[in-house]
Amino acid sequence: MQEQANLNRRNFIRISALTGGGLVLGFNYFLTSCSTSQDGGQVIELNAFVKIDTKGRVTIMSPNPEVGQGVKTSLPMLVAEELDVDWKEIKIEQAGLDTVNYKRQVAGGSGSVRESWESFRKVGATARQMLISAAAAAWGVPAAECATENGHVVYKGKKKTYGELVEQAAKLPVPENVAVKPATAFRIIGQRTRNVDNHAIVTGQYKYGIDTKREGMLYATIIRPPAFGMTLESLDDAEAKRSPGVQQVLRFDNKIAVLGRSTWEVMQAAKKVKPQWKEDGTLESTADYTEKLHGILAKKPEDKPRRQDGNIGQAFAKAAKVIELAFDAPFLAHNTMEPMNFFAHVTADGAELYGPIQTPERARGRIAELLKLPEEKISVMMTRMGGGFGRRLMTDFVEEAAMVSRLAGNVPVNVIWSREDDMTGGFYRPMCSYRYKAALNGNNELVAWHHHSAGVSGGGASPDSFPAGAVPNFQVDAHTYKSPVTTAPWRGPTHNYIAFSEQSFLDEIARQAGKDPVALRLELLEQARANPVGKVNYEPDRFAAVIKKAAEIGGWGKSKGENIFQGFAAHFSFASYVAQVAEVEKQADGKLKLKKIYCVVDCGTVVNPSGAETQVEGSIIDGIGHAMYAELTLTNGRPDQSNFHNYRMIRMREAPAVEIHFIQSSVAPTGLGEPCLPPAGAALANAVFAASGVRLLDQPFIKSGLFA
Amino acid sequence: MKINVNSTEYTLNVPDNTSLLDALRVHLNLTGSKYGCGEGACGACKVLVDGRAVPSCITPVASVQHKSVVTIEGLEKDGKLHPLQQAFLDEDAFQCAYCSPGMIMAAVALKSRNPHPSRQEIIDAMQGNICRCCAYPRIINAISKA
Repeated sequence: MQEQANLNRRNFIRISALTGGGLVLGFNYFLTSCSTSQDGGQVIELNAFVKIDTKGRVTIMSPNPEVGQGVKTSLPMLVAEELDVDWKEIKIEQAGLDTVNYKRQVAGGSGSVRESWESFRKVGATARQMLISAAAAAWGVPAAECATENGHVVYKGKKKTYGELVEQAAKLPVPENVAVKPATAFRIIGQRTRNVDNHAIVTGQYKYGIDTKREGMLYATIIRPPAFGMTLESLDDAEAKRSPGVQQVLRFDNKIAVLGRSTWEVMQAAKKVKPQWKEDGTLESTADYTEKLHGILAKKPEDKPRRQDGNIGQAFAKAAKVIELAFDAPFLAHNTMEPMNFFAHVTADGAELYGPIQTPERARGRIAELLKLPEEKISVMMTRMGGGFGRRLMTDFVEEAAMVSRLAGNVPVNVIWSREDDMTGGFYRPMCSYRYKAALNGNNELVAWHHHSAGVSGGGASPDSFPAGAVPNFQVDAHTYKSPVTTAPWRGPTHNYIAFSEQSFLDEIARQAGKDPVALRLELLEQARANPVGKVNYEPDRFAAVIKKAAEIGGWGKSKGENIFQGFAAHFSFASYVAQVAEVEKQADGKLKLKKIYCVVDCGTVVNPSGAETQVEGSIIDGIGHAMYAELTLTNGRPDQSNFHNYRMIRMREAPAVEIHFIQSSVAPTGLGEPCLPPAGAALANAVFAASGVRLLDQPFIKSGLFA
Repeated sequence: MKINVNSTEYTLNVPDNTSLLDALRVHLNLTGSKYGCGEGACGACKVLVDGRAVPSCITPVASVQHKSVVTIEGLEKDGKLHPLQQAFLDEDAFQCAYCSPGMIMAAVALKSRNPHPSRQEIIDAMQGNICRCCAYPRIINAISKA
């Protein structure tokens, strides 16, 4: 019996990395046999992240959704570092949703690396310790005297591959509290490492959700209400049903699904469906929203302040100078290059979900609720996403796929949105307006700050954002106007428009106080360090360091020629510190062109410099692109923009040069997918002010007519 | 109808106005070319037709009969990557990488007519391709170095 138990234990000892909140290593004994690789080797799962076959080949599972932020490379690097294997020899596989063995399988909040930093290294170190123990036992030597190198355990001239040891290792109890390496011993973390899927990408072999094809699968396109505030009354689908390749036309919720053999055929057929829509509420336009938001901001704040230090009323009454500015930011679409899509195959007692999703666990929960299925009967596999930017935190497209699969008679379906569906389908960044008011005392010190924000179907404030903590009288108020327009987080949620307005306003305060913008920020950070007011959610010293460094590499305050003008911005978000200098050139005709952004980032330890750099470059250019060109407007509830001919995206020609400096750090990593986006628009706007004397208060900036 | 894709002749039974992109992706199972906008504005679907990079989403499949079509899947020769594929791989010129096949095809067309483009010539030639992740600096570097 003992033999049998060991045999069962040996192959499938799993480490449940994080049961509960901390680093509790647990067990799952799976009473199944181990698998066999193609050439006859046994593949043993040492834990949920590490599989080693008896020939020594190592596979590391990557549990987080890959959205282009590079986690399928950077997270396995953490495991590989501690497991001590040759990065070039290992295989990385995407894991599906598995809430027993993994936690936080989410792509969002710039959280993947920072949430995995401790646990993933611990998993690698624990697996390595088990391999060492197996070798030590085989050789009859103390485990403490054994070492590892590149997939081998070594001891005084003796050497065994992990493949030779894995069967024995898997029989051992999982050790607890295994130490991880000090930063000085890193060989993989901190190395420039290419994306693990590059070869499949450049050869066109990599499959995205939109590429999913299965036996018997139908493509589905969905007709949704053309305006926010409309519902489906009736439809005539006779002509669409006769269209080539069409199999079914279904009505569900407020939508119509057309199913058929190819995307082209169903999209052609969808044009032949004649729906009757009716208004179920007020059909609102952008101008209405502007009026509503400005109306809210013109009144005294009604709700409880989101943050309140000191007494701004008294401070404004006593002020030597009061400064006010108001800003507007439009709705934005996410416009992922891969439009929304999802595969679903619902059966009588379960469902398979497969596709691009930032929140697989939330999707499973929604489908379980919607189809009244137990969660354990629903599988979710995440495909590499052709962009997310927050749109794929939503689950509406997964729900559509599951509903259509069931209503069509449990057939496998791939629901594919056209670009027009994607751009007009809602879930936008909320349209927002902001009103700022500041007071200076007789010494030109900032003594009061009031931020009042209003957003459509969302928005809000970031109440603890700098200069919170540095100003004795500080108040933040936020209001939301509820509308039928659906909104969603959009890369750097809230921060993306807060930083633009707040950093522009700081620039204006510096001007009116007769101070250098960099010097003003450093003065305020010194206040927050020496005499903090209320809660301070940033470290003033780290914040000051990125500001000083950006001023240094950007040549702040030094002449770069009479036609070059600079602007400064700095923002703390997702636990990372960012400071930027934008450089604008005034051309012979007086028009302005953004040439370059200098950026300094403190995001703690950089796991993969290659991935980190491209995140920084990309998010800056993304921030510039949207501040310069993008807006989604509505007329009577209908989006006015539908595709890239009338929704301008930044292209290669408009992309500024970007120079990046990472602060060398050995503290735990912090966010990086988002923090460099929010200040970029502000740095540009402040450079524009330096060049032209015009304060850009509304996005998109292109409307100002100042640009080449 | 017969079309020649990546040096292979295929017979298709589809309406003439089917897009080349749908013919490739759905009927020939060549999914490397991506759908991005359906109006020729983003470049994700670009393929070579007689050596020129065209958006396959607005190209009727019937119009490429008797022409040579090359997709991202047809660039690799004898197990060796095309220099542009290799350069994109080496430069790590990707984030979500959904635009990459179209970017690479546009760059292949550019390099075949202008083997040593200047930075400005690269930018001008790539203006029809959107990278939503804005990996532009690395894409320019990859094309320069290929």
